[in-house]
Amino acid sequence: MSSPERRDLTPESAAPTDIAPLGRDGAKPSHEQTAADEARLADWDAIATDSDFQSLVREKAVFIVPATIFFIVFYFALPIGVGWFPGLMETKIAGDVNLAYAFALSQFFMAWALALVYAAVATGWDRRAAALLAKFGKEGQ
Amino acid sequence: MILAVGESGQTALWMFLAFVAATLVITYFSARKSAGASAYFAAGRRITGWQNGLAVAGDYMSAASFLGIAGMIAFNGYDGFMYSVGFLVAYLTVLLVVAEPLRNAGKYTMADVLAYRLRPRPVRAVASLSTLTVSVFYMIAQMVGAGVLVRQLISGVSYELAVIGVGVLMVVYVVFGGMLATTWVQIIKAILLMSGSIFLSVLVLNRFDFDIGRFFSSLTAISQTGPNGETITRNFLTPGLLFKNPWDQISLGMALVLGTAGLPHILIRFYTVPDAKTARASVVWAMLIIGLFYIMTTFFGFGAASLLGPDYIKTHGGTNMAAPELARVLGGEVFFAFISAVAFATILAVVAGLTISASTSFAHDFFTNVLHHGKEHRPGEEVRVARITAFVVGAASIAIAIVLGPSVNVAFLVGLAFAVAASANLPVIVFSIFWKRFNTAGAVTGLLTGLVASIALILVSPDFMAHPLFPLKNPALLSIPIGFLGAVLGTLLSREPQSEARFNELTVRANTGLGAEKASPH
Repeated sequence: MSSPERRDLTPESAAPTDIAPLGRDGAKPSHEQTAADEARLADWDAIATDSDFQSLVREKAVFIVPATIFFIVFYFALPIGVGWFPGLMETKIAGDVNLAYAFALSQFFMAWALALVYAAVATGWDRRAAALLAKFGKEGQ
Repeated sequence: MILAVGESGQTALWMFLAFVAATLVITYFSARKSAGASAYFAAGRRITGWQNGLAVAGDYMSAASFLGIAGMIAFNGYDGFMYSVGFLVAYLTVLLVVAEPLRNAGKYTMADVLAYRLRPRPVRAVASLSTLTVSVFYMIAQMVGAGVLVRQLISGVSYELAVIGVGVLMVVYVVFGGMLATTWVQIIKAILLMSGSIFLSVLVLNRFDFDIGRFFSSLTAISQTGPNGETITRNFLTPGLLFKNPWDQISLGMALVLGTAGLPHILIRFYTVPDAKTARASVVWAMLIIGLFYIMTTFFGFGAASLLGPDYIKTHGGTNMAAPELARVLGGEVFFAFISAVAFATILAVVAGLTISASTSFAHDFFTNVLHHGKEHRPGEEVRVARITAFVVGAASIAIAIVLGPSVNVAFLVGLAFAVAASANLPVIVFSIFWKRFNTAGAVTGLLTGLVASIALILVSPDFMAHPLFPLKNPALLSIPIGFLGAVLGTLLSREPQSEARFNELTVRANTGLGAEKASPH
């Protein structure tokens, strides 16, 4: 898959124009590399089978899968509620505000809360991923 | 030609021109920085989290959101607000499932992630087709909206001229400025739209002396003239005024919640940031902004129903003009002009975002990777092809929007775009990241069955046929399962050891960001 010619003609990124310094010799900068160029960047299988990596992936799934199921159920409860239980949803709960509107509004706060919790939890994963890469002598994100 | 512009039209025109001038200046400066593929397609990956959050919000809050939802609530009350809810909750799918793996494993387009493990040429060819389909449907809707809006605001400008004007501007941004200019256009537009919406909401509440209870009470008895001239009074907080069939709501909800994570112009925004952590932060920022905006549709949507009434809006520009007309009544001609200019800016920005996603996909996926086997024959070729594609896509959607004419249903086209994205793109993105056994045949059949099923079901739906073969307005309820099923069947009917062998690499990349493309040095 690697190309036989050594000369890399990808244009210099952020050059003043894309006409001036077009080709350059030598290795491609990281942002021009394709997946095939980087196939030997790391021993992927060794990292993938590492117990720290596997526990990180498992821990992510333990959060993400239930969280996804939760918001899908919470969200579809709204159209199901207003579609099939209109009487219940028209119950007034505060002044003239009915359950249907309050439930719809609660979706916004549910989404924000879940997003902020996710962002907080994911910061921990970032640290673990960086530590994992350091263990393999790689620079993380 | 002579423009017969009214006073408000003239103010709107000047405000609009000011926006255009500001964005053209940005385009000029971006153009000087946009050399090289990473810079052109991904803004050098140096956009920060909050900037990208604003840009995602700007890309997302389209004419359908601002004008469409306001009008829908003003005419049908609660059911219109259901769109607002779905549009925000959709971002949880983006945040939890696709944003970070996509940023870590891709480069410029959605297809990059698919091409990692799979045979790149067939996958990219089909992914490019579905990206172009979604983008063009979405774009035509915006162009038609722009044409109608301009025609209603400035008498003397025809629908055709308005569409051509918007089209030419968008091509200029994209062809010369690339992703950097497009990003800044989105950011300015998002700020304008948010401030306009906040001001409009405050003016509405001011009419009720900031008593929320009184505001909601005013919604319980909205009168309008029925089809036979009789007066109908309805409680606008009651569900079911628009959707008579509950399955319609479920289907629409599925299209919105699952479709956003498959919209190419949203997905490519995550390539403009330095890393997955910033991609995540930008989704959270976008959710805060988008959520606030959609909550405010309560005030200006229901407010238009309460303060103007459906009959008034019907005789003053129709459903799409509910928000601008409300601004005129509450804030006078200048505010009306400002809100109209914001609506123009909204359309222009979304259209620019769509054009760049379509042209990036064509240049990167189809031209470079399918036709040229992943190699640039001549330096700078990919960027050049993208620029030419942006021009062609722009010209094509101008032509189609003019042929379809001002009467086509804009919300219908946007709904189709979401349904196609959910049915074709989402299944293959999810499977390629999470399912080891997934392979090229599965991706190609998944993309094609999702694409064909969603479009075919729309063509036999109530909007297209007097005696519909499919009862729902939105095909998502059936077409999303078909897309997933196609991907599963295609996978199980073939084996691809190479795809399974590279699953480890993709998993490591997606979870750690190892090897992900960094911000370009400057």
